[in-house]
Amino acid sequence: MNSIKFLYAAYIATWLIHGLYLGSLVRRYGRLRQQMKDLGKGK
Amino acid sequence: MKQAFPILAVLTAFFLVYAFYQALWVAPTDALQGDVYRIIYYHVPSAWTAFLLFFINFIASVQYLANAKPSTARAARWIVIAIGTVGFFASFVPQVRQQLPTGMYPSSVATTFLIITGLYFVIGKYFGGQDLGGFSAFILAVNTSGAMSPFMPRVMRRFFTKVFGAYGAADGQDLDVLAVTTAEVGVVFCTIVLVTGPIWARPVWGIWWAPGDIRLTSTLVLWLIYVSYLVLRRFSDSAQTQKLAAVLAVFGALDVPLVYFSIWFFRTQHPQPVIGGGGSMDPRMLHVLLISWMAFLSFAFLVCWSRYRLEKLRREVEEAEALESLMETSATFSAGKVPFSQGSK
Amino acid sequence: MRSFWSIALATLTKDIRLEWRSKDALNAMLFFSLLVVVIFVFSFDPLAEESRHIVGGLVWVAFLFAAVVALNQTWARELRNQVLDAYRVSPAPANALFLAKAVGNFILVSLLEALMAPLFVIFYNLRVLGPAWQLIPVALLGTWALVVNGTFFAAMSLRTRSRELMLPLLLFPVSIPAVLGMVAGTTNILTGENPAHFYIVLLLTYDVVFTTACLALFETVLQAE
Repeated sequence: MNSIKFLYAAYIATWLIHGLYLGSLVRRYGRLRQQMKDLGKGK
Repeated sequence: MKQAFPILAVLTAFFLVYAFYQALWVAPTDALQGDVYRIIYYHVPSAWTAFLLFFINFIASVQYLANAKPSTARAARWIVIAIGTVGFFASFVPQVRQQLPTGMYPSSVATTFLIITGLYFVIGKYFGGQDLGGFSAFILAVNTSGAMSPFMPRVMRRFFTKVFGAYGAADGQDLDVLAVTTAEVGVVFCTIVLVTGPIWARPVWGIWWAPGDIRLTSTLVLWLIYVSYLVLRRFSDSAQTQKLAAVLAVFGALDVPLVYFSIWFFRTQHPQPVIGGGGSMDPRMLHVLLISWMAFLSFAFLVCWSRYRLEKLRREVEEAEALESLMETSATFSAGKVPFSQGSK
Repeated sequence: MRSFWSIALATLTKDIRLEWRSKDALNAMLFFSLLVVVIFVFSFDPLAEESRHIVGGLVWVAFLFAAVVALNQTWARELRNQVLDAYRVSPAPANALFLAKAVGNFILVSLLEALMAPLFVIFYNLRVLGPAWQLIPVALLGTWALVVNGTFFAAMSLRTRSRELMLPLLLFPVSIPAVLGMVAGTTNILTGENPAHFYIVLLLTYDVVFTTACLALFETVLQAE
């Protein structure tokens, strides 16, 4: 029954990797929005 | 179109949950492997998605390079049509049929070739930003001249313009954005394949990695190639980064079949532990596998869409910033001062 | 306008002459190759029974390191003296330059291999159990596989940060089938257990495919600034 742990590990790993990537996308969006605001202020 | 995104996101989430439920509870337990085999419902769809994304990247790269000149663009289109036609008919020829691995129907091979050609033209249309020439120019001329208007209802005219006209930025930028997007998202999915693969292999066959495992090793090489692609994009300071990256993608695509065959032959000389049990799959398992794949495909589509928008936005912001610093510089000059003399940003 | 081959030959002889006059780079590379062999000798026990099976891999990894060192300086001279810009505006075909550089690198790397191979034979007490003459096509085709892609990727890496790091980063993934062919072929010839024909054919295919690709696409890379 120890092998079931591998199943959990695989599923968790999958969503972890997806989550990390989506997180990086969100962070990049945030940075872009900040840059757009700076541009708008006419730095 | 932007309103569609949240709705699609919710739908995809439901789809993924449904696939999850199917994978864990509906699909039958495997006689040999027990419940661990359910990893394949994440492992295999991720692999198919990754390969599809990398393939789209390859097509976008080829088009990006070919569209530099109209002559090469036309030549590329004809070559793609030739490949599609020859491949389609060849898969039914008896000598070729014998070569196909067992379980692969000639009709599916033929359809794949048609899809390849279709994909090339669809991508060219929506991202290429270039007229398809000849026929479409004729249609466009007919539509705008109104010569056929008594015979062609307006709705049909708009249809033809939509089908044969072209979208996308004129200089092929959209193709490049598509290339970056599919490369990045493809690497993410490929990483998942390489992580879940050994996690599956260990409990089932007792080893994390088999050197002769042709699928996993080919996937590893593909992953390496595309990671190097992304590194090149990030580290390159050239104005032609996009062209260089496209060239690298072509090299990668040329490499993959060679990798496959080299490992295949290596395996025949060095007996490997029997992996990937043969025989066909329980149809219920196949059913769940397909559901899972569809769910992940829609997820991949949404992620690509987000990444695509992000990239387009990022480029616009970059251009705007460059323009602004240019104007600052000229303003400083006309004010009689030397720009950047006091440590600018 | 001079022909493709005369341009390539002229560039090649220029490179060889320049390199021969100041042998700094050459000497440094030769010494580096020697060091690599010695490190391997200390890392992988030559007396072990398995050594005959892994020597194929050791030899080619050593060759790979030496090749990367040689390839990294391919374009250095051109870059320093703005020769690349001159070449870009000249009507000379870009792949003539590429071919000259590739052949020059081939000669250089072959020289390094010719130094390292006898050392391996000595340190590891190698005896060839299979058809020894087959080692020649394997060596030639394998070296060309590394060199042709290496020269191309070296040009691609020119306008990147960490140029020296970029070259192996780009080269290694694409070279994997060739490396497999070289190593497996050499191992088969040394141990005599299996025929090496397929690997020679594999290397030949690899060379043909990628030489064509490099010649066709080098113009694009040269024009990048």
